Amino acid sequence: MRTGERPKGVIRWITTTNHKDIGTLYLVLAFILFFVGGSMALVIRTELFAPGLQWVDPDFFNQMSTLHGLIMIFGFLMPSFVGLANWQIPMMIGAPDMALPRMNNLSFWILPFAFLLLASTLFIEGPAPNFGWTLYPPLSTTYGPDSTDFLIFSIHLMGISSIMGAINIIATILNLRAPGMSLIKMPIFVWTWLITAFLLIAVMPVLAGSVTMMLMDRHFGTSFFNAGGGGDPVLFQHLFWFFGHPEVYILILPAFGVISEILPTFSRKKLFGRTSMIYAVGCIALLSFLVWAHHMFTVGMPVAGELFFMYTTMLIAVPTGVKVFNWVATLYRGSITFEPPMLFALAFILLFTIGGFSGLMLAMVPADFQYHDTYFVVAHFHYVLVPGAVFALFAAIYYWLPKWTGRLYNMHIARWHFWLSFLAVNLLFFPMHFLGLAGMPRRIADYALQFAEFNRMASIGGFTFGIAQLLFIVVVIQCILRGPRTTSRVWEGSHGLEWTLPSPAPYHSFAIPPKIE
Amino acid sequence: MHAVKNTYYVPSASYWPIMGSIGLVMAATGAVTALHNHNSQYGFYLLLLGFTMLVAMLFGWFRSVICEDAAELYSRQVEQSFRWGMAWFIFSEVAFFGAFFGVLFYARNYSVPWLAGSGDGVMTHHLLWPEFQGVWPLVENPDPTKFQNPKWYMGAWGVPAINTLILLSSAVTVTWAHWGVLQARRLQIILGLAATVLLGSLFLYFQAYEYIHAYQELELKISSGIYGTIFFTLTGFHGLHVAMGTLMLTVIGFRSLKGHFSPDNHFAFEATAWYWHFVDVVWLCLFVFVYCL
Amino acid sequence: MFLCSSLAQAAYRLDLSPGVTEVSRKIYTLHHMVLWICIAIGIVVFSVMFYALVKHRKKAGARAAEFHENIWVEIGWMVVPLLILVALAIPATKTLLFMHDTEESELSVKITGYQWKWKYDYMGDNFGFFSELSTPQEAIQGKKEKGEHYLLEVNHPLVLPVHQKIRLLVTSNDVIHSWWVPAFGVKQDAIPGFINEAWIKIEKPGTYRGQCAELCGRGHAFMPIVVVAKTATDYQKWLSEQKLASLTIDLSSRTLEWLQREGKAIYEKNCMTCHQGTGEGVPGAFPALKGGRVATGPIKQHIQTVLWGVEGTAMQAFKEQLNDVELAAVITYERNAWGNDVRVQHNKTEPLVQPADIQSYLKKQ
Ligand code: HEA
Ligand code: HEA
Ligand code: HEC
Ligand code: CUA
Ligand SMILES: [Cu+2]
Repeated sequence: MRTGERPKGVIRWITTTNHKDIGTLYLVLAFILFFVGGSMALVIRTELFAPGLQWVDPDFFNQMSTLHGLIMIFGFLMPSFVGLANWQIPMMIGAPDMALPRMNNLSFWILPFAFLLLASTLFIEGPAPNFGWTLYPPLSTTYGPDSTDFLIFSIHLMGISSIMGAINIIATILNLRAPGMSLIKMPIFVWTWLITAFLLIAVMPVLAGSVTMMLMDRHFGTSFFNAGGGGDPVLFQHLFWFFGHPEVYILILPAFGVISEILPTFSRKKLFGRTSMIYAVGCIALLSFLVWAHHMFTVGMPVAGELFFMYTTMLIAVPTGVKVFNWVATLYRGSITFEPPMLFALAFILLFTIGGFSGLMLAMVPADFQYHDTYFVVAHFHYVLVPGAVFALFAAIYYWLPKWTGRLYNMHIARWHFWLSFLAVNLLFFPMHFLGLAGMPRRIADYALQFAEFNRMASIGGFTFGIAQLLFIVVVIQCILRGPRTTSRVWEGSHGLEWTLPSPAPYHSFAIPPKIE
Repeated sequence: MHAVKNTYYVPSASYWPIMGSIGLVMAATGAVTALHNHNSQYGFYLLLLGFTMLVAMLFGWFRSVICEDAAELYSRQVEQSFRWGMAWFIFSEVAFFGAFFGVLFYARNYSVPWLAGSGDGVMTHHLLWPEFQGVWPLVENPDPTKFQNPKWYMGAWGVPAINTLILLSSAVTVTWAHWGVLQARRLQIILGLAATVLLGSLFLYFQAYEYIHAYQELELKISSGIYGTIFFTLTGFHGLHVAMGTLMLTVIGFRSLKGHFSPDNHFAFEATAWYWHFVDVVWLCLFVFVYCL
Repeated sequence: MFLCSSLAQAAYRLDLSPGVTEVSRKIYTLHHMVLWICIAIGIVVFSVMFYALVKHRKKAGARAAEFHENIWVEIGWMVVPLLILVALAIPATKTLLFMHDTEESELSVKITGYQWKWKYDYMGDNFGFFSELSTPQEAIQGKKEKGEHYLLEVNHPLVLPVHQKIRLLVTSNDVIHSWWVPAFGVKQDAIPGFINEAWIKIEKPGTYRGQCAELCGRGHAFMPIVVVAKTATDYQKWLSEQKLASLTIDLSSRTLEWLQREGKAIYEKNCMTCHQGTGEGVPGAFPALKGGRVATGPIKQHIQTVLWGVEGTAMQAFKEQLNDVELAAVITYERNAWGNDVRVQHNKTEPLVQPADIQSYLKKQ
């Protein structure tokens, strides 16, 4: 294509090198997959509505929870935060675009194909992957269905995409800041993404390596995960969680960044302890490499190992606590208003902290012997993921959408979206704590009678939560089509470079770098 | 390239990426089909087609980059982005190899001793693998009916030692070529690169020789237990990287012949040299951890 | 927060059980300690937050203050949580060390996970048995009333004596399972090719129930664990009964009808999860037996497949799991059900297998 030419229609989206276009593509794909993954969750919740097998075969149930977990994490949360990064980072650091725009396009366009490959497993002969998103062998190797190989290659593709995306983000942040924006002056959201991108580049290759080993065990007679040849199934778990634990912080750190941007705006007060917030994120990231085996306390590790991983895991509560306390201190003696982004941010603090507390409980090895692989764990991670990361995502979109579209959205419906989601999410996930403590294992399609009531509550909560998300779509579409025009600052308390650009922001954010004093 | 520009160069819309992703997904689908359907050629062709598309994409893409560079569209800042890009790409490769070295470490220090009854493994050994002795390199597997024992393991002081020398000297030659670039000495660049490519190919030749020796004489196969598994995956992935690096060096060599590089603008050359040094360092670790220890 | 405190109120129904071993009680105490500490921290943090949200609303006329840093406060809220964590880590470490002490056990039981049942071997006494779900399929499908112990009942519970330190040697025959009985505070993963150890000392006779806690395939929800704890004398009595019972199996020939009828029951218990009631299997995962190559082919091949399983697939060896009569019955059933008898005739091979055939097959080995 010739320089300067800008194609129209579908071709524009396929060939674009523009960070805003690509950001939009990421977000659209993410929300499509949110609905796909959410529908699978609803299949799970429907089957669990009452004891007994009513709707689906247990094997199909396992396929659903596997694909639900994979799609929500790799298809929804990761791409959506990469989408945010694409939209916001150039605007927040005063850059015209991302550092490697053509590669940016490749990073995105691999993803739809990766997920087509993953989805195809549902339609080819034989079961789809049915061994949980954690892919433990030998269930996934010797005993895995044929479709496992599609899953493996799909993960390779996602990995390539994330690594390239992360390289791009790092290069942008390190290299394209406007003159005068030193690292320490950089907005917190950008900081969190810098560190997140580092985590991504460090651990995605490990995941790629481990699924490659799975592939070889399946087809080339290797014995990575087979004791008969001197390997060990548990080795896979070590590799997976060496990736997997940093992965969950990959999901939450950008969310921390979002919250740290939003709270000061709506409290009209500077973020408390900015520097220590940055150090805290750094600490969390570094510690995240040293805690992986807290997912494997029951596999039969030597006692010294269990103690080590318990201590490191507990330590993470300290920097995370610093974040929570600083947020509260930011609110303190502010001048607070409750626009939708703020509502979601406040709910984030409240509910993420509850999820963090249950995380701390899980970290206590002896207690984890009881919690492990029960619904208590399911409650923990949904609390940090759904009212944690997902709420932060909603907060971010409600915060920046006027900047992206140049229009305001319907605050009234957005508030409804918030309150419904808030209530439903607690109805959905809080009872799971009780289920877990009372002894309900996770990943089961049918359960004993004493678990019936809480499961019914959770299912009702699940459907309500799903319906509430339709409101979100309504808000966004209405905003794009018919929202009233807004100013460049949008929010009274807004701060930062992106708000100096007109709304909607121009196609090439900062053609000439702004000067920072 | 020389004048520092105010505006950043954002490339225009491009078809290369979508071609790359389609190539990738075709290669992946083809690979799975080939794995499942041994008697159908279809998967293999699809794999080949996808791969061809990928290669074509890379050529096209890099050609665009070279043209844009030649048209002086890039500023120092763009070049710096490329640098960061390459550096972090190599870092991701380090992580990838790290995983496999991790396996080696785990197998030697945990799983094999455990199966052989040390530490907490007493009952495992006693009840499940009473015959098994955990000596590394593992030439007797816990279950030799499933994973055939090799006759012997690979020694360090034949071909591997020669290969170490070869790679080390290739590091010298590539650095020498780099000096040539910095001082604009064409002949030195070409000779240095040619020597490096030659050494790289020689390395690959010896490695192929070693593999044949392993399969035919030692009966050491990728399927002969964790030792063979880790031996072939580590050296195999490394070998692939050497092949990639040699290819890159060759391309860089042709570009040098065309006079693409100047003392202050030769990032492609540098990136390749970085990559080559990385491959070199991986080999040193391999030599120490796989062969010597 | 209000939800948290309601948790404590209704503790009798919603909480961990204190259990019947010292370990489980220690865990219970630890759990409560960390729970209450979290609740307390939560109350403090959220009170401040809600205070700010109410008092410092713009609507209520609040003006934003200027402060945004205070090094001492920040050090404070790093040090205090750190101290709290140390206070938590100490009892946790002690409990963990206590749990890991497997010395001096009086009895060893080897527990092997199978897809989807457990095998218990009494190491000293040289006998063992399989233990699998006894809830009828109809109850699961909703065609029959669900009993009190729906999904938590088995045909042969593990029987153990109280007040003895029992060593559990946990392993697996196929994929990873996890042996979990909440009342004992024991959850130990069963890893194929490795043996993990755990121990229990039960304090009260009774029946204790648990479930497999690691996803192990289609029947993961259907492999419960039931332990019956007996006093030393009752346990001894049970032990001698078991040894007697396992000696007497009637190996005489049966009629085709008898074998088919018994075989159907055995099939439904052992084979149906994979090969399905219709014998059609699950395409791509479990082969169809209806008109199947083996089920209608030479008898020897059929016996061999069922006795020894197929290496590297989900098809396990049933030699140890079923006795010779049962094996004969289930094989006969497969050769006659779903219209297989027609094919069997067409292939000119035997439709009927007697216990004696199994024995002679085994002798030739
Ligand atoms: C966004 C994702 C996310 C986040 C942020 C976290 C955060 C944490 N997680 Fe979580 N976790 C998951 C996602 C996440 N987790 C997932 C997906 C799984 C399951 C995977 C699977 O098996 O499928 C899992 C599972 C999991 C386990 C394994 C459980 C098991 O399988 O048995 C453990 C065990 O230690 C754990 C611990 C923790 C801890 C200690 C934190 C800490 O980071 C939390 C720190 C926060 C706080 C503690 C609250 C705020 C702090 C204060 C207010 C300060 C004062 C507090 C104290 C001094 C107590 N998590
Ligand atoms: C970001 C990650 C993420 C998110 C957002 C969610 C969201 C949800 N999860 Fe998910 N979950 C995981 C990550 C996530 N989950 C992971 C990693 C696992 C572990 C998997 C494993 O064990 O391997 C898991 C497992 C898991 C289980 C346990 C399964 C098992 O152990 O057997 C359950 C059970 O209830 C569940 C439920 C839900 C529900 C109801 C939602 C809801 O929040 C979903 C809401 C969304 C929608 C409902 C879709 C949107 C709306 C529509 C489609 C419109 C139509 C709606 C109606 C008509 C009502 N999840
Ligand atoms: C855990 C799942 C599972 C259970 C339980 C199971 N099977 Fe199988 N069975 C398999 C699988 C998988 C195969 C295919 C093996 C292969 O790939 O050759 C198989 C193959 C067979 C075959 C050979 C079929 C053919 O035509 O190749 C027979 C006969 C058979 N099983 C009988 C039984 C009997 C009898 C039982 C119960 C006593 C049983 N199976 C229980 C999974 C199972
Ligand atoms: Cu066995 Cu789950
Ligand atoms: Cu973790």
